[in-house]
Amino acid sequence: MSTARYWREIPHRYRLEASRCKQCGYIAYPHRLICPECQCREFVPITLKNTGTIETYTVIRVAPSQFVDQVPYAVAIVKLDDGVALTCQVADTDPSKLAIGKRVTLEFRRIQADGEAGVLAYGLKAVLQP
Amino acid sequence: MRDVAVIGLGMRKWGELWEQSLRTIFTEAAIDALDDAGVDRIDSMYIGCMSGGLFVGQEHLGSMLADYLGQRSLPATRVESACASGGLAVKSAYYEIASGASDVVLAAGVEKMTDVDGNASTYALATASDQEYEAYHGVTFPGLYAMIAHAHMKKYGTTKEQLAQVAVKNHANGSRNPLAQYPYKVDVKTVLESTLIADPLHILDCSPITDGAAAVLLASMDVAKKLAKGRPIVRIAGVGHSTDTIALHARKDLTFLEATQHAARKAYDMAKCGPGELDLVELHDCFTIAEICVIEALGLCERGQGGKAIDQKLTTADGKIPVNVSGGLKSKGHPVGATGVAQILEVAKHLRGEAGERQVKGARRGLTQNMGGTGGSSIVHILEVC
Repeated sequence: MSTARYWREIPHRYRLEASRCKQCGYIAYPHRLICPECQCREFVPITLKNTGTIETYTVIRVAPSQFVDQVPYAVAIVKLDDGVALTCQVADTDPSKLAIGKRVTLEFRRIQADGEAGVLAYGLKAVLQP
Repeated sequence: MRDVAVIGLGMRKWGELWEQSLRTIFTEAAIDALDDAGVDRIDSMYIGCMSGGLFVGQEHLGSMLADYLGQRSLPATRVESACASGGLAVKSAYYEIASGASDVVLAAGVEKMTDVDGNASTYALATASDQEYEAYHGVTFPGLYAMIAHAHMKKYGTTKEQLAQVAVKNHANGSRNPLAQYPYKVDVKTVLESTLIADPLHILDCSPITDGAAAVLLASMDVAKKLAKGRPIVRIAGVGHSTDTIALHARKDLTFLEATQHAARKAYDMAKCGPGELDLVELHDCFTIAEICVIEALGLCERGQGGKAIDQKLTTADGKIPVNVSGGLKSKGHPVGATGVAQILEVAKHLRGEAGERQVKGARRGLTQNMGGTGGSSIVHILEVC
């Protein structure tokens, strides 16, 4: 992954920075130039809450090259309490404990290493709430 | 717009073709399609290929493949819509003829997937998902469909056994297709005991990695009539193409394929028919759960009832509406760019009465559905005997 690409994705990846459509309230995560619901072009910046609910999940057992050393690992679609859904890993979890509807918190974690001596890439992973 | 016919069909055995290159597997299928129609010059060509770049390090396929087909100077265009690239090639060729711009256009699809190892092909396929917001977190294509499966199971009570029955049905069909990559039968127990790839999907819930090509020659009705030589003429009666969010998590309903429903409605309107008036369907069963979601989106059963429809044998070869009599992606193989073209070829074979052992008797009208990613693009064609 190029440094420029990684760097420009930091605001939403690390800090959940998003934007809300001024006209219809649609939340764009990441930021967009045009609202897909009402075509409005004006947004206000917001920061998303880091808590939400598992909408669906899986356990990956055959991984792409950069994730081979992590298998098996859990991945979920999490609907944040603001109403925005995103895809992320579920860390520190016994896969048998996963279920649709469980509450999670997003935490800052290492996501992948880019090759044997490459850049470490960070972002958010979900953990089940106690 | 003018009527467009399918006049030539070309496809050879799919599988792990280690002795063959992308250019040779494409050229064999293309030559067969031209020979089948009795044509040696074409006006233009569209090639569906998802990722020549990541699978064999080759882009600029229009130039290379026109040359290797012995058609230098031909306007040749490579089109891409992930796993729906083949369907998009057919649609592009259709409109070029329907508009009157050309009379004879080749639509082909090709993918050479086994020159890279499993991890690299998993990576290449994952580029059809949202690279920055899905693939970044390590989710794979089987993983995305596995998440659709869990959501469908929770919402509608769909079971792992129903998923497995899709594989059992399509492998039974594929056992009668000599061109299929895996032409053998499996049973539910074997599917459920096969290696887990992404829970709840086992390896036998997934379509395979395949090398292969398929080609169909399209022509205006005037040309088709001149070349028919007594064979039935197959007309493209309906075309529908639609898109949805590339990211699965951005969908309003994770279990429903809206782009497929939209594309199907357009095609039904154009062909002036409905889902109850089809004799066969070839659809995009890249995973067993995909077939269940697609039969719902095409209107072959009620929303949420895809699993039960499988139990009721609605879609078996001798059922009310045979689905994937070719074996589908599951048994026939899934060289991603070629799949949408091979679906057209299969339906055209049945409409001509040339499908051999697996022929759907008296077939007059069939539908194909080819899908990109987790349903981010979908292309539906309806074919009829004139």
